[in-house]
Amino acid sequence: MVLHPGHDDLHGITVLVEGASGRTYVGRWHERQERGVVMRDTTILEPGNDRDAWLAQLRKFGVPPDHKTLVIPADEFLDVVRFS
Amino acid sequence: MPYPELMITPMRQEVTRLGVQELKTVAEVDEALGAGEGTAFVFVNSMCGCAAGGARPALAKALETASVKPAKLVTVFAGQDLEATARVRSYFGAYQPSSPSAALLKDGEVVAFIHRHEIEGRSPEMIAAAIVNAFETHCA
Repeated sequence: MVLHPGHDDLHGITVLVEGASGRTYVGRWHERQERGVVMRDTTILEPGNDRDAWLAQLRKFGVPPDHKTLVIPADEFLDVVRFS
Repeated sequence: MPYPELMITPMRQEVTRLGVQELKTVAEVDEALGAGEGTAFVFVNSMCGCAAGGARPALAKALETASVKPAKLVTVFAGQDLEATARVRSYFGAYQPSSPSAALLKDGEVVAFIHRHEIEGRSPEMIAAAIVNAFETHCA
């Protein structure tokens, strides 16, 4: 039973978002709005850190919900892929 | 915020009818897991249709097909039985909270964990295979 009618295909899916700033975001996609992408339970990697090691950590131990709700501004959003 | 119990009941029953013991209080969690002995499978149930709608049938399929099973099968309902869920997660060590999810504990340590991101968008058969693999790796 899906209880979230009207949302897009990525709603509720854990995704990796590439940011124009070099940040990497991993969290649950909620919805796309004009102002940007709304994410739930998201963690962020700042540029300059070891992304492969960070992603390996997330895959093993899960995604820490550092930001309960986060809006990635439209001009920061570059790309999205499923996190798996 | 918890959902109306009337909405949750069928989702609880989809798991408990498999013979999985539901833990609704901190005391029940500690009674089930506190000894830290043997194998215990913990299914973190969830209202979310995006992922839990596949996880519950996967659990049924896994329990039907696995050649070996953990000594204990227990479940909590995330977002509903808040204290019991928080207590269960205290047994998961460094593993982050997510729901639905599942953990296999052996002598008090997590030996396998299936995160929400490993459930989303996958068929019940694929999720069941991961559960069965965990059982056969750690419960034989």
